[in-house]
Amino acid sequence: MTAVARRAVLLGGAAVAAGGVVAGAVALTPGPPPVAVPVPGAETVAFHGAHQAGITTPAQAHAVFTALDLRRGSGPDDVARLLRMLTDDAARLTSGRPPLEASDPELPALPSRLTVTFGFGPGLFDAVGRGGECPAVLRELPAFATDRLDPRWSGGDLLVQVCSDDPMPLSYALRRLVRSARSVATVRWTQRGFGPARGSEPAGTTPRNLMGQRDGTANPAPGAELDDAVWVREGPDWLRGGSMLVLRRIRMELDTWDDFGREGKHMAVARRLDTGAPVTGGGEFDEVDPRMVDGRGIPIAIGGAHVLRATARDPAERMLRRGYSFDDGPTADGLPDAGLLFAAYQADAARAFVPVQQRLAESDVMNQWITHVGSATFVIPPGCAPGGMIGEALLG
Amino acid sequence: MSSILRRGLLVAATAAALVLSACGSPAAPAAPATSTAPAPTSTSTSGLTVTDAWVKPADAGMTAVFGTLTATGGPVTVVSAATSASPRTELHEVVMNGGAMTMRPKEGGFVVDPAAAHELKPGGDHVMVMDLASPIRPGDQVRVTFTLAGGGTVEFTALAKETTGGEETYADHAGMNG
Repeated sequence: MTAVARRAVLLGGAAVAAGGVVAGAVALTPGPPPVAVPVPGAETVAFHGAHQAGITTPAQAHAVFTALDLRRGSGPDDVARLLRMLTDDAARLTSGRPPLEASDPELPALPSRLTVTFGFGPGLFDAVGRGGECPAVLRELPAFATDRLDPRWSGGDLLVQVCSDDPMPLSYALRRLVRSARSVATVRWTQRGFGPARGSEPAGTTPRNLMGQRDGTANPAPGAELDDAVWVREGPDWLRGGSMLVLRRIRMELDTWDDFGREGKHMAVARRLDTGAPVTGGGEFDEVDPRMVDGRGIPIAIGGAHVLRATARDPAERMLRRGYSFDDGPTADGLPDAGLLFAAYQADAARAFVPVQQRLAESDVMNQWITHVGSATFVIPPGCAPGGMIGEALLG
Repeated sequence: MSSILRRGLLVAATAAALVLSACGSPAAPAAPATSTAPAPTSTSTSGLTVTDAWVKPADAGMTAVFGTLTATGGPVTVVSAATSASPRTELHEVVMNGGAMTMRPKEGGFVVDPAAAHELKPGGDHVMVMDLASPIRPGDQVRVTFTLAGGGTVEFTALAKETTGGEETYADHAGMNG
């Protein structure tokens, strides 16, 4: 043992005996002073801007969606007070600072790309006296034949979506945001989701869902394509620069899926599990060729394969799928209770989510293993400038 | 103190200092300062900037305004305050008096030195708002005007946020003359 190492061990022992921190002993070895290395936790995503963050932001590893209901009798003044507080909190938390009245700066100090995104449900439009202006598709989605919706996971007047690569600042942000909201609103539901840990695969890799599939391959490419699909370009000022969110809680029958043959799993989606590539050949970002046949003239991709039904058939059907897995299991009987929080952002849900979901409800091999059990729809208002308020154009 | 105990404390202190420096540095925000700096609640040519201003909600009686005061030039003294919430406002400090925290008017006002931000916070210096004209609810905004020594003024807006921190229970002091 070198003298230096021996000294470190000795000091380490003393530090432990004195109730000190073992990690400190290692740093006692001679050498240059520690260099400030940027840590991922310090990374921030700007809250202010033309659009709200948390949508085209590359998906963070963790998300929580909380729907609030305005307390009975709430009017425009109450909604304005609520949004003023939440906007102020969100601007501070996303930059690594505590809310105005909080005194623990350590808790939000490493936001890990924390974003806070707000969405307005039909009830908020009613409360501010503008119920007639809520887009009809968001007031009530069509009923789909395969829906098994539970009110417990459905609806809501105000969505608070919090995402971060670290569940610690996420938890703090949610608790402070809800604390600010509770004098004006109650909590209707909270749904937590997760994706792969940050850095587990190279940035930009399509994440896998709990069925093992690469999920989101068809998403519009970042840039003009994504912006066109997601942001509202025309219409009232409170919507322009915003988006529409359809959030569906999708239960997966993972027990039977796990036992389903691998080739069958490929056929159900028409893409391979390992690479995400079409069963008809090519790479992950190539399209499935529905006309390709095998040696006996039988189509290689079956007609009811998920991807063939879900693929956008015109540009208006493009949407950003920014889903998060959930796992609330296992049940007492040892069965999984898990699935996907399917979050679809689009400029017009009537022309994107609705026609796509109608096709899937009509026919999708995957319907054997997936069931929509929750549904909530929100207008995502545009972003705001420093000193502004989310929803200021609607409340103005 | 025994030599063993003394040695232990010294080592612990050294270890703690090292841990602090090791953890402290990376905590500096990676993003440009412009995106993380608090948006000033007020800027003025008076040499005083007020940021992070907030007010405790109250149904009636008294409440307080808090925030961070920064002198941008030389020292600045705030001699009085007025708000949109009530006709009567005082500059207060909190002092220990016979083992209890007691509020009293701050002699000479708030002196803000450019070397350090002057924090108005629960349990410390604050702007006392008395005889509330109407309730301040969470999310309400209160306009505040500081008058400085020399006659200049600084205006800012305080956002009402609920807390039970540094509980001075202003309402219980309704009879206090300040």
